[in-house]
Amino acid sequence: MLTKRLIACFDVIDGRVTKAQQFQDNIDVAPATELAQRLYEDQIDEIVFYDITASAQRRAIDLETVRSVAHHVFVPFTVGGGIRSLDDMFEVLKAGAEKISVDSMAVRNPDIIRQGAEAFGRQCVVLSTQVKHVGIRPGIPSGYEVFIDGARTATGMDALEWVQQGEALGAGEIVVNSIDNDGTAAGYDLDITRAVADSVNVPVVASGGAGNAEHIGAALTQGQASAAIISSILYSPRLERNTPVRELKAALAAQGVPTRPWVEGSSTA
Amino acid sequence: MVDYRAGNAPSVGFALERLGIPARLTDDPAVVAAATRLILPGVGAARATIDSLRESGLLEPLTERVQAGVPFLGICIGLQVLFDHSEEGDTEGLGWVPGMVRRFADDRRVPQIGWNEVRVVRDHPVTRALPTGAHCYFVNSYYATPSDPADVLGVTEYGPEFCSIVGHRNIVATQFHAEKSGPVGLALLESFAAWDGVEC
Repeated sequence: MLTKRLIACFDVIDGRVTKAQQFQDNIDVAPATELAQRLYEDQIDEIVFYDITASAQRRAIDLETVRSVAHHVFVPFTVGGGIRSLDDMFEVLKAGAEKISVDSMAVRNPDIIRQGAEAFGRQCVVLSTQVKHVGIRPGIPSGYEVFIDGARTATGMDALEWVQQGEALGAGEIVVNSIDNDGTAAGYDLDITRAVADSVNVPVVASGGAGNAEHIGAALTQGQASAAIISSILYSPRLERNTPVRELKAALAAQGVPTRPWVEGSSTA
Repeated sequence: MVDYRAGNAPSVGFALERLGIPARLTDDPAVVAAATRLILPGVGAARATIDSLRESGLLEPLTERVQAGVPFLGICIGLQVLFDHSEEGDTEGLGWVPGMVRRFADDRRVPQIGWNEVRVVRDHPVTRALPTGAHCYFVNSYYATPSDPADVLGVTEYGPEFCSIVGHRNIVATQFHAEKSGPVGLALLESFAAWDGVEC
């Protein structure tokens, strides 16, 4: 049976993982490679790495850090931020990523999704979306609007229409980042997660707001997500205590949510 | 390790490096022609992969080596291109293993993305390292259906059961990404590196 995934998310600036709240006030956590290695040893299922300033600074993605992380982590690894072309995608794959995440750039140029899916297979292209609850209004029938550029710019696009368009263009996975819930540790936005999961047939990843294992369990059951992105809960210095992957998985098992079994004494080679 | 446009060959290289297994990533037909063990890694689309292998002149030496009995490991798209035909873009495959590649039905989420259990159904030197209940990482919309049930080494459930490990003469292939399946996947790569290409 296909299990649900716990994905550790890294917001990277200059090779270091940082932690933001509602897309602002980033504080420094650790070098990306060091944290990736620690989480790999803790048997995290997957890692996603966003070069969060690449897009705003209009520069290419930090391939050196991608390569360094890929050298130490033998679980899947998605990379996003600053992807503008097919060549950028290919560079990221060559640096050791399996999947490429597109976000603001895909809003500006949706055809990048189609091009990526054609060249590398649709399973390779992840459409990441920043969504905010704005209430139902003309052009936003779902009440959730798509934002870009680190939640700074409203697009006037409806979240559900955009994810359906993204799927049609060839996105193999959709990440739903709730701007409202990001960094709050108050739980995922289950409504929009569920609404997206109901509107597309590709896997949906919940993101933004995980504070405990019950939040994660809710996203993976009520929210119908295939995976949950977590960050603070694993490593934020803002929290008194970070929770090991093993503990999260045990708590998910108790809620009846299947995950890749945590293996006792497993050598991480 | 055969390097072609649209591959994620470097990940496989990093994994072999970690295991201390000497390997070389190459797009040079002469290097492929002299290889004593071959890996065709990959993320990608079937047609793009085959076109890329053909255009770069790699297909001919690769075919020659595999026919000569050199141990071969295909990963993900490197498994799907081995068959006669793929539904992905209605593509003719390499035809090294008899069978077809089909798309998962839309009554579940496609692609399948995530960790899923691999059950070994036939003893083989390469899969002996896999523990019972091993979970491996899959990212696939298509799956192989070998014509000869004896070519199925391992199965996985996504809706119905599908073939997740193929074994045919000196060819082994995994639908999952062995290089991204943690210690279990690394163990499989290690046993491939020690395999002489004989099935039992």
